[in-house]
Amino acid sequence: MPKAKLDQAFEQTLSKGDKIFVPYIMAGDGGIDALPEQIKFLQEQGATAIELGIPFSDPVADGPTIQAAGLRALAEGVSLRSVLDKLTETKQDRSIPIVLMTYLNPIYSYGIEAFALSCQQAGVDGIIVPDLPLEEEGLLTPSLADYQIALIRLAALTSSNQRLKKIATQTEGFLYAVTVTGTTGERAAFADKVTIYLEQLKTMTDKPVLAGFGVSKPEQVRALSKYCDGVVVGSKIVASLHENKRAEIKPLIQATKNRSAN
Amino acid sequence: MSAYQQPNETGHFGSFGGRFVPETLMPAVIELEQAYKQASEDPEFQKEFNYYLKKYVGRETPLYFAERLTKALGGAKIYLKREDLNHTGAHKINNALGQALLTVRMGKQKVVAETGAGQHGVATATVCALLGLECIVFMGEEDIRRQKLNVFRMELLGAKVVSVSQGSGTLKDAVNEALRYWVAHVEDTHYIIGSVVGPHPFPKMVRDFQSVIGTETKQQFAEVEAGLPDAVVACIGGGSNAMGMFYPFVNASTVKLYGVEAGGSGIDTGKHAATLTEGKVGILHGTMTYLLQDQEGQVEEAHSISAGLDYPGVGPEHSHFKEIKRVNYHSITDNEALEGLKLLSRAEGIIPALESAHAIAYLEKLAPTMPADQSIVVCLSGRGDKDVEAVKDALGGEGNA
Repeated sequence: MPKAKLDQAFEQTLSKGDKIFVPYIMAGDGGIDALPEQIKFLQEQGATAIELGIPFSDPVADGPTIQAAGLRALAEGVSLRSVLDKLTETKQDRSIPIVLMTYLNPIYSYGIEAFALSCQQAGVDGIIVPDLPLEEEGLLTPSLADYQIALIRLAALTSSNQRLKKIATQTEGFLYAVTVTGTTGERAAFADKVTIYLEQLKTMTDKPVLAGFGVSKPEQVRALSKYCDGVVVGSKIVASLHENKRAEIKPLIQATKNRSAN
Repeated sequence: MSAYQQPNETGHFGSFGGRFVPETLMPAVIELEQAYKQASEDPEFQKEFNYYLKKYVGRETPLYFAERLTKALGGAKIYLKREDLNHTGAHKINNALGQALLTVRMGKQKVVAETGAGQHGVATATVCALLGLECIVFMGEEDIRRQKLNVFRMELLGAKVVSVSQGSGTLKDAVNEALRYWVAHVEDTHYIIGSVVGPHPFPKMVRDFQSVIGTETKQQFAEVEAGLPDAVVACIGGGSNAMGMFYPFVNASTVKLYGVEAGGSGIDTGKHAATLTEGKVGILHGTMTYLLQDQEGQVEEAHSISAGLDYPGVGPEHSHFKEIKRVNYHSITDNEALEGLKLLSRAEGIIPALESAHAIAYLEKLAPTMPADQSIVVCLSGRGDKDVEAVKDALGGEGNA
């Protein structure tokens, strides 16, 4: 059961007293064949689950780093289909849960029912769709429920209390707490209200609350993790993999570990 | 046919439309929906909007009988709805004005907009100057090259123009950047979107602000010809002038409606912007609608000689009109549009915008098929001053006009 696999992985991490670390990588940045090795690498570094971005022509929620990675992947001919195929092919080689981050149009073009089925076959445990708010999610939820794929909802700093409650109650897998009012990408600092917001979200759901958008430094990982269950790191991981500076990744993940070596 | 009532309360036009935006924007979109609803029911707001339309924009615009063009084409009588005579030279200001007044009403002081040909950018910069709002306009670098004069015009009006180099550097990319900017500045900024596209309530709101075109036309036509026109023609990129023109006629089933898309180098070349003719349903810029896209759901670049039609999507209500077969959608190529531009220039002394020239060119196909006692109204959405240089290049320089 995909959803259950995600829940188990999170529980296991949290029960050790660690926080959850979900790295984001753009699928196919560096070619689709590089993907299994990238996943394996991040798993070995101690990631709890992997968020895999699907390249899209019009990524309005993304900043420059992920936009550029998406364009590189598109130039390699990578698509939702080729990513699902690659994941299916290499399913037996990995144990770490996989979450896809994709804009809605590639799913709609693939066919919603077919997509949910392919996710299950590929060992995809959950999906994040940044341009699918509560009001429109009924388009996907019946098919996702049929194949037990978690729909991870995003909360925003601008959301009203009433919306946050609804989002927190409905989310599956984890609650993605967007920590900036803006697009993805590194930030020097977060607004003061972020800590209150994370604490508030923690009271609204039993699912893990993960902070994401703008997180790029081990200090930020540590600081944010105090108020929630862990972090998603995107642009920084994408840049480190692309620029072949993989050594930068370990300290980020280590910052979520209870018995941190450093 | 029962009276047309779209969109529904969640912003859907049949199976199209909706609000497909990141959660960060949802509160702003809902706030806008409520603010617009209150404003549209407030006689004071309507009075203010009408005051500026009349005294500042210069409405109403004439409905002009194009006698020489009618003779040249043979067939139905042709009337031109002269949106080109509006302040700033196109229909775009109707919507920009309405939204800017709404911005003030919502207590926001900053405005972001995208522009393709620059007409919406100029209209937005204009009303921002009028109402003392800060204005930033995103424009594709390719469009900046094609429309230098409009860039300078916006700067004269006090707006900041930001060049967008992502993607094809045209309208679609400018919308992406404007949306990203809006996400980051949503707390004090309103996004004045330039067409009947984007998340609800934009397609409905822009339609309503532009409906002054069709409402005036209906009245003016009844004064000269009695009854209703037999056909109405308008060009379509995102489709705001067409929607403004069509909407007041939607329940008048005897009036045939024709939407004209940009056929670019020709539909069979793959280089066009004929979204409704050639596209597939998908989701872009917050709405579900027909899109030019590949097999994998990647949105493709549109191609047209006219920067204002160079958009791979279309307003969701047009998609709905296609589905319920209320509007006939056709396409006109770059070359046909250029011929249309020359035709109107010579026959009537009116140089149309390249966008509007597509609608004129379609008349050459439509008018001769209709009897002389019937009438067609064409929305002449904008004037051609901005395009003179591009047209000169396309026609091969001086001596070739």
